[in-house]
Amino acid sequence: MDRCDPDWTDLMRQAIAGNAAAYDSLLRDAAARLRPIVRRGLLRAGHSGTDAEDIVQEILIAVHLKRHTWDDTRPVGPWIRAIAHHKTIDALRRHGNRHDLPIDDFADLIAAEEPRPSVADADVGRQLATLAPGQRQVIQAIAIEGLSIGEAASRFTMKPGAVRVALHRAIRSLAGQAGRL
Amino acid sequence: MRTDDLIQALVADRTSREGPVARRLAVMVAIGVLVSLALYAAILAPRDLAAAVLMPRFAFKLAVTLLLAAGAAPLLTRLARPDGVPGILALGLLLAPLLLAVGIGIELIVLDPSEWRVRLVGDNAVACLLCIPLLSLPVLTATLTALRHGAPTRPRFAGVVAGLFAGGLGAFLYATHCPDDSPLFVAAWYPLAIAAVVAMGCVLANRVLRW
Repeated sequence: MDRCDPDWTDLMRQAIAGNAAAYDSLLRDAAARLRPIVRRGLLRAGHSGTDAEDIVQEILIAVHLKRHTWDDTRPVGPWIRAIAHHKTIDALRRHGNRHDLPIDDFADLIAAEEPRPSVADADVGRQLATLAPGQRQVIQAIAIEGLSIGEAASRFTMKPGAVRVALHRAIRSLAGQAGRL
Repeated sequence: MRTDDLIQALVADRTSREGPVARRLAVMVAIGVLVSLALYAAILAPRDLAAAVLMPRFAFKLAVTLLLAAGAAPLLTRLARPDGVPGILALGLLLAPLLLAVGIGIELIVLDPSEWRVRLVGDNAVACLLCIPLLSLPVLTATLTALRHGAPTRPRFAGVVAGLFAGGLGAFLYATHCPDDSPLFVAAWYPLAIAAVVAMGCVLANRVLRW
């Protein structure tokens, strides 16, 4: 934690300034470090670890949508940890489990990386099928095919601003799915 | 969707960052206070303020109610953040009760015991119990809306603090109208009315502050 913290804080600052590569490596690194911790928390609460990837995605979306609540004079690590803890507890509660996760679980964000989820696990992630068609085609093109905003705009003959709005709305709806799972 | 794909989407959406929570809180509270003022103008009238401010008991009740709101305000911005712990700021909530206790002590010393009962009961208890929650409600709603924009991880506590904040401001407005000035009256009825606002804040926050 201590070791990676200054690094994450720096990446988050650059990300907020608009640096795509910094944001990408921050989110990937966070996902890799959160994955085993979330899985361990689920197992300890008596669940199978198969929902772990879904919770990791929920944490990443929350980090993204709530990044304006990070005080950039402080290290970003404890802030991400607080979100991860909140989201994991929330998921356990939705599954009818009032188990209190010890906060220390997330103190250890340096834990060894876990192998990426298998193909079967990957299906557990956020479901695109529930999105409005307009939002779905935009997020699919950008997330899965890797198109840029501009490329997506010309494919769907939309203005770049409209693509941005559709993408942002799609991400917000993915966040909103959690309560309905 | 695979996690790597999701990350790609989040990175593409990186320009969407919203404004800071503290500013949102300030704007929403200002709107809430304006609505409360409009409500106040519609149903109540201020006393002759120029004369009243010089009366120590009147000034005292304004100070107590304002101090309650001022003690809660810094906690609100902290609790709007996921990693925000109340810490030493929570002590700020004690300032208004302490000041009130001092006021009660002085009042008991300067007043003849035969007058205690009359001052405590006052003439406006019912109005106080109705008007304070009513005047607080717009501020409470606005504060909870702003907290929703944040990411509170202690929703019920945030709701309680929002209730104390809104209750303090609502009580301040009501105090400028109410002719019962004794700290004994304030101590007997204001906390009851504010407790109702706090209970509302706690219950609402628990439902509304989910993210």
